[in-house]
Order: sequence, then structure tokens, then C-alpha cells
Amino acid sequence: MEQFLQQLASGLANGAIYACVALALVMIYVSTDHINFAQGEMAMFSTYISWQLMSWGLSFWVAFILAVAISFVFGVLIERIILRPLHNAPLLSVVVVFIGLLAICNSVAGAIWSYLIKEYPSPFPKSSFGIAGVIGPHQLGVVLVTLIVLSLLFVFFRFTPLGLAMRAAAQNPQMARLVGVRVDWMLALGWGLAAAVGAVAGIMVAHIVYLDPNMMGGILLYAFASALVGGIGNPGGAVVGGFIVGVLENMVAFTGNQIEKATGVYIIGNGEKLTVALIIVIFVLTVKPAGLFGRVVVKRV
Amino acid sequence: MPSLLEVKGLKAFYGQTQSLYDVGFDIPDGGITTLLGANGAGKTTTLRAICNMVRTEGAIRFAGKDVVGMATEEIVRLRIAHVPEGRGTFTTMTVDENLRIAAYTRRDKAEVAAERDRVFGYFPRLKERIQQQAGTLSGGEQQMLAIARALMLKPRLMLLDEPSFGLAPLIVVEIFRILRRINEEEKVSILLVEQNAALALELASHAYVLETGRVVMSGPSDVVKNDENVRKSYLGY
Amino acid sequence: MPAFPKKWLIALIALAVIVPLLQPLLPNLVSDYRLFLVSTMMIAAIAVLGLNLLTGFNGQISLGHSAFYAVGAYTAAILMDKLNMPYWATLPIAAVVCFVVGYLFGLPALKLEGHYLALATFALALAVPQILKYKWLEDLTGGVQGIVLSKPEAPFGIPLSEDQWLYYYILAVMVILYWAASNMLNSRSGRAMMAIRDYHIAADTMGIDTALYKTVTFGISAAYTGIAGALSASAIAFVAPDSFNFFLSIKFLIGLVVGGVGSLSGSIVGGIFYVLVDNSAQALSTFVKNDLGLPFDLSAYTVFGILLILLMYLMPMGIVGGVYILFRRLQRAGRGGSTAAPAAVSQSRPAEAGKSH
Repeated sequence: MEQFLQQLASGLANGAIYACVALALVMIYVSTDHINFAQGEMAMFSTYISWQLMSWGLSFWVAFILAVAISFVFGVLIERIILRPLHNAPLLSVVVVFIGLLAICNSVAGAIWSYLIKEYPSPFPKSSFGIAGVIGPHQLGVVLVTLIVLSLLFVFFRFTPLGLAMRAAAQNPQMARLVGVRVDWMLALGWGLAAAVGAVAGIMVAHIVYLDPNMMGGILLYAFASALVGGIGNPGGAVVGGFIVGVLENMVAFTGNQIEKATGVYIIGNGEKLTVALIIVIFVLTVKPAGLFGRVVVKRV
Repeated sequence: MPSLLEVKGLKAFYGQTQSLYDVGFDIPDGGITTLLGANGAGKTTTLRAICNMVRTEGAIRFAGKDVVGMATEEIVRLRIAHVPEGRGTFTTMTVDENLRIAAYTRRDKAEVAAERDRVFGYFPRLKERIQQQAGTLSGGEQQMLAIARALMLKPRLMLLDEPSFGLAPLIVVEIFRILRRINEEEKVSILLVEQNAALALELASHAYVLETGRVVMSGPSDVVKNDENVRKSYLGY
Repeated sequence: MPAFPKKWLIALIALAVIVPLLQPLLPNLVSDYRLFLVSTMMIAAIAVLGLNLLTGFNGQISLGHSAFYAVGAYTAAILMDKLNMPYWATLPIAAVVCFVVGYLFGLPALKLEGHYLALATFALALAVPQILKYKWLEDLTGGVQGIVLSKPEAPFGIPLSEDQWLYYYILAVMVILYWAASNMLNSRSGRAMMAIRDYHIAADTMGIDTALYKTVTFGISAAYTGIAGALSASAIAFVAPDSFNFFLSIKFLIGLVVGGVGSLSGSIVGGIFYVLVDNSAQALSTFVKNDLGLPFDLSAYTVFGILLILLMYLMPMGIVGGVYILFRRLQRAGRGGSTAAPAAVSQSRPAEAGKSH
């Protein structure tokens, strides 16, 4: 039973990370109709920035806030400089640019900080809280931080004029312009926020998976699965999807372990996590593309 | 009265296709002008051209300022409100949010609040449905919301694209009555594109007739109303 | 773009056949290492050609061709390792296996448009190395350690080195595959494929069985890239899961866009290009470190990434397309006409690269 609870808690913590990255993906998808394949690598790069800041003497939370802020700026710059000119370009061009961005982020991180795996500290002191043996302080901290960030975003979009303007720009850009909203800047801000949220996810997960340039690959795949499960056009759905997928991932591994213990037969375990994510992705795309909460968009010919 | 909006030699293009060839007119400050014409004549395109929503060539001056080539949202910030074909309400947002988004560009909080009250004065129905999702409103209510939202921009000029479209006659009459009130009380000049020529000519003081991208007739409404060609083509008698 | 002039093609092939035979005369120029390098370039060209068939000519974006390459490579490796099959016999079998896998993937892909297909193939590419390491397949795949193979030798005692023989073997395969692709693309089927790319929704109404063409193209595309993988198993004499990761797909993508989307000859150019850059990465990195004094290990992927982005702005039609545009501009300038490229070409949309060659 204890092991089950541990897996559940771990699943929730992972789920929190997936929720953040999935949310970033959905935010960009909703406002620009594009899938940011580079989201994972951007988050990884942000995490390295925070690591660098800490190695220069800054405390964890100061480095955290600075890294998130820097990521926000980078996100805005990327949208303005690299993506804006591709506004009317064919889909293949945009996809190629995203992959290019992915390649650059990954290789530059490796170039600057090397591919050696590094340890990353947790700001949540070991002995302070955490329900004994079931959920560790870092996991609890991850869930808390995630929930705080998500709440802030929710309040921002729901109740502030800028959030309202961004929602309008995403929903109906032409009409938003007709009420004076500078839609192009709203898109850039959306990118900035997505980059910032990704940074939060990266920094939170680094302690669990260790810091290395390839750390976000699998997480990105899971984030895609989460976004699809929740409904790719639905930010709230992405969050829920994240937690569902996080728990599911761990439950599958847990079940596999139990089966192996009981029968000695290995069917599935930690080594198949990406495969499970792939199956979820394909399954949702082919069987229920709208996910749990999304709407299928009918294409007008 | 000085001209609020001067348009000369306007050409407009959808991609490679030219839609307007030579459109010119003047909107007097404080007046109501209507653009008439058959489907495809270029009425909607003209409104879109004013807001730079299509590729444009020619001269457009608003309150003395040259606006050709300016970004749509910047033109709107000069206080031109465009109520497009199909209303353009943000369907998943509430009535309240639709009104709030229009006030986004305004700094004067107190005035905005007063404005909202006045807007609800014109459209009491909207006040009743303030938290309702815009997409669930009836056609007439959506049109009212679109106009109300335009008012929240505190415009000097309101462009209306076929406000009667798809609405029951009684609602249309009510809306046109409100438009007249808005013009008189809020001092908002109106450029109205309409299929319903009879109603439009009743509301407007001045009229232009468009045919295949060109202005073929213009004049005070009374004169245009009695013109034989207009009567035959657009008024049905 | 017009067809590649036949004379040049024949001259090129003749050159390709003769040069390696000059090894005894020019041992340093035509070294075994160089021949091996060119062999890997040809393998890359075939892989990119496969991708181009699907994405460039049929408009289905695939970020997951590394998966088909892996299937081809492992099929060949397992056949050679477990069944002692001769290397040349593994090719048709790998082709068929990959065709089936590609076709099966193409079936659900019918429902996925544009970026959803990109997403699904991206997911596939990310998951492949893990799938290859799956415990239950370990007996077949050799798990993390992979499978060690032996390089093919020239048959019938022909006096060619291993690398020379490999070169000719791969050259022959490449020429045959290129010829087949060219014929297919210039036929009714090819036009149907491209019609689906250009007029996606309308293609159905034009009487084209879109579903059939899309799935079969997926299969053929996978088969081509799979053959490349099978060839690489022989050439490198080794397969291991981690060499078939997403970065391989990035290389294919580079080959696709650098060479030219929707261009057969461009695929060859693209394949050669990415192998060149990949191999120069080490030298590049040393240059950056020693000559420029920067403490960074420059990787080929930084170059690839920058190129991918720059090309989309500057040369969306790839090198072959860019050369063509330049050629036409010079032609016009020579004739005293305007130097503006014709509207269709100047649109520079990779998705509409027109005729194949």
C-alpha cells in the first residue's frame, strides 16, 4: 500500500511538471496555431541559466526568478524575431524552424555546459515537510509551486485587462485588432509566458531527473500526451491532462513492477515510459482527437 | 461641416484580385452616410480598406491624418470603430468581457464606467444578460452587443457593415432607431453599409452607390431615394 | 523545375563509376576512407530521398523517418546476424518490412493533418530508441549493446577493397532507386501524389483515391529510408539503439530542406551536405576552440539548427531550387529582359516545388 501511495505521489509530482509544459504548449497553440516542438529544449536551456546563476553565487529562489524572467524575455524575442516573419509561411517552413530552434538550444547548452550530467539542488529542505515515506518534500514542493504558478496565470487571464486582451487576440485576432488590441504584441507576450512557464517546469524537475541537455526530451513527449488528453486547445484541459498522464505513467510502471515481482515476468517498467507516451499520443490523435475537454475544429473548405 | 473622413481614388485588392477600382467619398463630421450597392459591389471591402484589413492604394484621411498603410489596431486607436459583417463578438466571452475588451485602450477609468451606464441605457437588454456568453445571445442581441462594444471605444466614426443582416424587421427598426440616437446624443458620425436600401436611406443624410468597385452615384438621401435607377435596382419600385 | 539534363546525368554516373577505379594511381585522393565517406553520403541521399517522397512530393510532414531507418537497419542486422543471410538479400526484405510498417503508420496518419502528423511522427522518433531497448526484443536486437556485423566483401574474388566494393554496391542501389522514383513521379501516380500535396481537399473531388495514394506513399517512403538503413548496417557493420534517435531525423530534415523540398536531385545534394557537415563538425569545433579561442564545443547540430532557420528565410527552395532561380535570373539578364523571377518560382513555397527531376 505504501509503495502504491509513493507511486501516486510521484505521479502527481511528475504530473505537475507535465501540466506546466503542456500548458506552455497549449498557450502557444491557441494563440498561434503552431506546435512548439522546441518547448522542451527551451525549458532545459532556462534551467541551465538558473544553474549558472546559482554557480555565480545567487540563491536558489533568486536564480529561479531571474531565470524565469530571462526566459520570458527570450520567449518574446524568439516570437518577434524568428517567428513573426514566418507569419504566412507554409506549415513545413514553420515546423522546420521549430526543429532548428530545438537543435540550437540543445547543442548550445551542450557546448556551453557540456553533456556531463549535473546534480541540481532542491530548494525544499529534506527534513522540513513531506508526509513520511509517502511523498517527499521536493515532490510536495513541486506540486505546490506548480499550483501557485497555475493559479497566478488563471487570475491573470481571467481578471486582468491584459489577460483579457491576450485571450481576445488568441480567439479572434482580426476582431481584437478592431477593438484596438495590438495583436502582434499579444502573441509575443504569449510566447514569453509560455517560455517562462516552461522554465518553471524545467527548474522544478531538474532535481528529479538531473541536469543534462537531453533531460527534457521524454518530458516533452509526455507533455504532448497530456495536452492531447486534455484537448489541445484547452489550457485547463492541459493541466488536468498533465496530472492524469503523470499518475497513469507511474501506475503503469508500478503495475509492471508488481507483475514482475509476482510472476517473474517483465512486461513493462520504467524503461518503456516513452513508448507508453507514444501510444497515448497515437491513441488520442486517432481515436479522440479533441481529447477530454477540447472541441474538434471542423475545417471550412 | 468639415470632412471627418476623406477617401480619394481608393483601390483595394484581395491578393491578386482587384476589388475596388476608384472609390471616393467624404463623410461629414457628425453626419450619417450610407454606402449602397448590390452584392459584390465592394461595400464591405471599402469598410475593410479604411481599416487596412485588405491591401489598399489611394488616399484615406481621417480627421486630417493620412491613414493608408497604418496597422488596423492603430487606426482603431484613432477612434474609428468598425462593426464588421457577422457582428464579430467574442463568442466564448461574456457580454461583460466583450465590453471590457473594448475599453482596453482607454485610460480614463471614470469615463469608462459612465460610458458603460450610457451604453446600457441604449441597450437595456444587454444589461440583463451581462454575464451571459456572447455566443448564446440572439442575433439581434449580438448586433446590439457589437454596437455597444463599438461605443465603448468612444469613437468619432462608426463603420457598420450590414447591421440588418439576418435580423427580424422589428429588431432592425429598433436598432436603427438606437443608431440615430447614438449619432445625435453621442455625436458619433456613422458610415453605414446596407443591403436594406430603404431603411438606410431613411437613416442617412447622404448616400453613395457602388457598382463593381466604383462610385456611380452620390448625393443627399432624398435625391438618391428618388432617382429612377436607384428605385428600380435597390428599392424595388 | 525542369528535368536534369540527361547528358550531365550520364557524365556524372560515368565519373562515379570510373573514379574509384583510379585508386591504384591516386591512392591518397581516392583512399578507402574517402570512398567510405562517399558511401555514407549515398546512403544519406537515399534516406533523404525517401523523406522527400513523403513530405516534398506528397505533402505529409514526417519528423520520424529515423524510425524507418532504424527498422531497415535492424531488419538487415538481425537477418545477417541470426539467419546468416547474405547482405544483398537483406535489402529486398528490409524494403518490404519497412513498406509494411510505413503503410501501417500511414493508415492512422490519414486522419492527421499538418502539425498533428508532425507531432505523431515526432513522438515516434523520440520513442524509437527506447522501443529498440525493450527487454522482450533483446534477444533479437541485442539490447543496448546492439549487434556487431561484418562488412561485405567483393564477390567472385574481384580485386576490389571492401570499401571499393561497398561503394559500387551502394552506388548501384542508389541509381536504381533514383531511377524508379523519377519514373514514378513523372507518371500519373506521381502527378496524383503531388496533386494531393497541392490541392489537398480538392484532390478527392478530382477523382484521386487520396487515401490509397497517401498510405502507399508512406509505405514507399518508409521503404526507401529503410533501405538506406539496411545499407548502413552493412556499411558501418554495427547497429545500436541510440544511433537512431531524434537527431537522426534532424539530419534527414536538413538534407530535405538544404537540397530542396520536392526535388529528387536535391535529395542527393541534401544527403551529401549533411554528411559533410556532420564530418566537419570535429574540425569546426577544433577551429572554434583553438583558432577563435572560445571555450565551446561547437556541434554539428548548432550549424544544422542555424541553417534550418536561415534557409526558411533565405532559400526555402533549397540549394537546388536556389541554383535554379539564380540560373533563370542570369538567363533573363542575358536576354535583356527583366530580372524578376517568374511569379510561380518567386513564391518560394517549399510545398509547391512543382515538377520533379
